[in-house]
Amino acid sequence: MIEVAGLTKRYGPTLAVSDVSFDVQKGEVLGFLGPNGAGKTTTMRVITGYLPPSEGKVRVAGYDVVEEPLEAKRRTGYLPESPPVYPDMTVVEYLAFVARIKGVPRKEIKTRIGEVSEKCAVTDVQHRQIGKLSKGYRQRVGLAQALIHNPEVLILDEPTAGLDPKQIIETRELIRGLAGQHTIVLSTHILPEVSKTCERVLVINQGRIVASGTPDELTHRLQGYETVLLTAEGPAAEMMERLQRVAGVNMVEPRDAADLRVTFEVHAEKGHDVRAELARAVVESQWKLLELKTSGLSLEDIFLQLTTKDLGEGAAGESQPSVPDLNLEDKPAASEN
Amino acid sequence: MRNVLAVAGKELRAYFHSPIAYLVMTVYAALLGFFFYSFTATYVMQSFRMQAMGGMGAPPMNLNEYIIRPLLAGILTVVILLLVPLITMRLYAEEKRSGTIELLLTSPLTDLEIILGKFLGAMALYSVLVAMTFLYIGLLFIYGNPNAKPLIAQVVGLLLYGAALLALGMWFSTFTKNQIIAGVVAFAVFLLLFVMDWVTAYGTGRASEVISYMSLTKHFENFAKGVIDLSDVVFYVSVAVLGIFLTARSVEALKGRA
Repeated sequence: MIEVAGLTKRYGPTLAVSDVSFDVQKGEVLGFLGPNGAGKTTTMRVITGYLPPSEGKVRVAGYDVVEEPLEAKRRTGYLPESPPVYPDMTVVEYLAFVARIKGVPRKEIKTRIGEVSEKCAVTDVQHRQIGKLSKGYRQRVGLAQALIHNPEVLILDEPTAGLDPKQIIETRELIRGLAGQHTIVLSTHILPEVSKTCERVLVINQGRIVASGTPDELTHRLQGYETVLLTAEGPAAEMMERLQRVAGVNMVEPRDAADLRVTFEVHAEKGHDVRAELARAVVESQWKLLELKTSGLSLEDIFLQLTTKDLGEGAAGESQPSVPDLNLEDKPAASEN
Repeated sequence: MRNVLAVAGKELRAYFHSPIAYLVMTVYAALLGFFFYSFTATYVMQSFRMQAMGGMGAPPMNLNEYIIRPLLAGILTVVILLLVPLITMRLYAEEKRSGTIELLLTSPLTDLEIILGKFLGAMALYSVLVAMTFLYIGLLFIYGNPNAKPLIAQVVGLLLYGAALLALGMWFSTFTKNQIIAGVVAFAVFLLLFVMDWVTAYGTGRASEVISYMSLTKHFENFAKGVIDLSDVVFYVSVAVLGIFLTARSVEALKGRA
């Protein structure tokens, strides 16, 4: 549905996006993850036809955005970072205007406005001036605007930026509801967002794709072993020694201790679920097991690993012996500059 | 065409949703009213004096020559010069500031459709001003007996004069996010194009002829007399087309770096 090949964008001498290639399948939700200024917005602006690429090809629904911009734009809905609304207009006036310039047939405009207002929950403010609406409503009006012509492709630039937690959850649910009917590309620098809304993630940093995959895949790729956190009450040294002897355990490290209560970080070999064995070991030795949980490397850690400069030394955790095979599509940009 | 009208309608609505349309109309009506009154009063006094002196063989005074023509050529061209920047300054600057330019440029519209839509929207508000002018002049027809034929040329002239200014003003609006700057630049340039003609008052030769020809107000003189001269029409239409062309170039550049 979206094909990006060798996209490079320069603003004068500065390189905003460098040789980025990826495809998005029909109905897929792709997340762009990266720090501010990584090139997410620029990439999206090229896909929507707002900016011409310096090099490379971008096709939306089979139409090249440079050669057949009108056809590509007809099939694209775009919500920029700040919703492009006219504060003087009412919601209905605004949606009617957008419907007209997006080429919705005159007869269908009214029903389309009704449908998208319903979907984006702006029906109750339909006749209010947009300038007087709260940020959350304005964002939803922006989303309604992007949906008004029922586009095949939706490009959402930080759709939850500036919303309160409740609105963020609502917006995410809305986006998840749209998946399947539309092909969605969304960008964010907020990590949980990606794992909650996207099927596939592109991590982008300094204009390059640093990693890609499903949120789960990314977690697995970066983690060569499983980590379990165990809290128990008992003699620390003895417990540590006992846990070490559980099959599959590589290393045990005390994390923090208060009186008799000790928390250990247990590293096990990849693919081994050692939780049951650990529990038995503690209980059989008559110590009190208080807590036992796996601790996956969070997306935050991955993100930091991928986007900070001293990647090789394992920026996410000092306890990591080495960074496992990242299966990177490209070397981190950090090594370039 | 549908797209052009959609944009034009949006622009016109924006003028009337904001104070701009009312401000422009009020200022115009006030200035026009003041000058209309003073011209009429002078006319009345003069004609009393003429009558008292028994005419002295002079041709009778005529409303077209003593009120309408000086009002249009001497006063309104300058008033319009002042007000057009208020109309054009927001056209692109506002969209750039609020980010709505992204909506327009990512919609299936050509740049020209957007530009023409904006131009037509501004032109529609300007036409309201022109209509107001002839509301005042209509009063002369109730109480006097002016010649109606020159009005056609005067309407055409005012519209063409406005079209040229609006197109240039729109171009200045693409330069910046700041409406004030767009307005001030437009005003300064218009003023320059207006006074250009003065410096050549005593000059002779090619250069002064060329400079005088470029003066925007100069070409209005024939229209004010009631004469539609093709060269004046061509001048205003060329300036308007130039303004639209330059706007298109500027929008293109905008996309390149933005």
